[in-house]
Amino acid sequence: MPKVKVPRKSTTIDMTAMCDVAFLLLSFFILTTKFKAPDVLAVTTPKSVSTKAAEQKNVVLITMDKEGKVYFQVADENPDEKAEILDAVAQAKGITLTAQEKAGFARGGAFIGVPFSKLKSYLALTADQVKNYKADGIPVDSSNNELITWIGAANTAFTGKKMNLLVKGDNDAKYPSFKGIIDALKKNEIFKFAMITDPEGVPAGTDLWKTNQNAPANKPATDD
Amino acid sequence: MAEMDTSSGGGHKKGPGVKKGKKLSTRVDLTPMVDLGFLLITFFIFTTTMSQPTAMKLFLPKDTEKPEDQNKVKASGALTLILAKDNTIFYYEGELLPDGSNFKSTGFKEVRDLIINKKRTTAPDDFVVVIKPTPDATYKNTVDILDEMTINEVKRYALVDIFDVELQLAAKSLQ
Repeated sequence: MPKVKVPRKSTTIDMTAMCDVAFLLLSFFILTTKFKAPDVLAVTTPKSVSTKAAEQKNVVLITMDKEGKVYFQVADENPDEKAEILDAVAQAKGITLTAQEKAGFARGGAFIGVPFSKLKSYLALTADQVKNYKADGIPVDSSNNELITWIGAANTAFTGKKMNLLVKGDNDAKYPSFKGIIDALKKNEIFKFAMITDPEGVPAGTDLWKTNQNAPANKPATDD
Repeated sequence: MAEMDTSSGGGHKKGPGVKKGKKLSTRVDLTPMVDLGFLLITFFIFTTTMSQPTAMKLFLPKDTEKPEDQNKVKASGALTLILAKDNTIFYYEGELLPDGSNFKSTGFKEVRDLIINKKRTTAPDDFVVVIKPTPDATYKNTVDILDEMTINEVKRYALVDIFDVELQLAAKSLQ
C-alpha cells in the first residue's frame, strides 16, 4: 500500500495586506486627531441639541466650575490681545506688574481665577504652582462684579476683530454665577454669546425634529 | 559579429568550480511592523477627541430703564417657568394669581409636553416663555430649559430675574 502524502502547509501568512490596513488607519487617525488641551479646570458641560461647532478663533473663554467659581481665559493664538487685556486691567486697577508676572498670563493655557487683590501674587506663580493653587474665582456678585472689567478690556483689545465669547459651565454650577456672567456681559453691551455644550440628538416627534426632517439633511435648523 | 552581447556576468559560462550565488528571498516578515502600526492606532484612538464641543448661542435682551421701550407681553400667552432646586420646575400660565392657585410644579421630563400644549393652544404671536431660574437652579437646568426652547421651536423666550413672591412660593411648595 502506498503511503498517503500529507502536504505540509506553511504556517506563515502574508502580512502585507494587514500592514496596509494598519497604516491606512494610522494615517487617518494622525490626520484627524486633535489633541485634548490639558484641562486644569475640570468642567463637565451640559448637553444641547445644537449642532454648530464651537468657534476656535479669537476666543475669549469664561469658565465656570462646579462650585460656581469663574475663570477668565484668552486663546493662546492671540498673544497680543492677551497682553493688552492684562495691561488694560492692571492700569485700570492701579496694579503694577513686572515683566515676569505678565509672562504668567502670556503662558500657554493660562487663566485668571482670582480677584484683583490677589492678581499680582497669582501671576507670580509658576505653571506647576498654579496647578495646585486653590483659586477663588473672579468675583461676579452684583455688588462686586470684577468680570465686567475683564470683559471690557477684552472687548477693547479685540476691536476690529470678531471676538468669540464662549461660556463654559459645569453642570453643577449654580445659577447666580451664570447670572453674574450675564450681567457682566450686559454691562459691556455684549448681548450675544455662545455656551459650550456637548452634542445630543434631537428627541423624535418634537417640532425641531420635524423641521429637520423636512429641511435638507446637511443643513439642520437648530441655530435659527 | 554585429550582435550585442546581452548576457550578464562577463559572457562566459561559469565553470564547474565557481559557486552559484544563493538567491535570497525578498520577503520580509511584516509582523513587527503590523504590531507597531496597531500600537500607534490605539494610541491615536485614545488621544483623539472625536466629538467636537458644540456651541449654543444665546441672545440677551437689552436692559431698558424706560417702561415704554420694553416689550409688552400679553399675559394670557405667557408661560412662566421657575427653575427650583433638585430639578423641579414650577410654572404658571398667564399672570400669577394672588392666592397662588395656578402655581404648579412639574419636572424636566414633563415640561416638554407642557410647552407643546401651551404652544398649540395659544396664538403664535402671543406665545412667550418666561424663564426664571432661582438661585438654587444649576447651570445644567438653565441650559436644559434653553435647549427645550430650541427643541420646541419657541420663538420668543426670555431669561428673567425672579420675583420675591415667586421665590417664596417655590420655597413653600418645596417643603
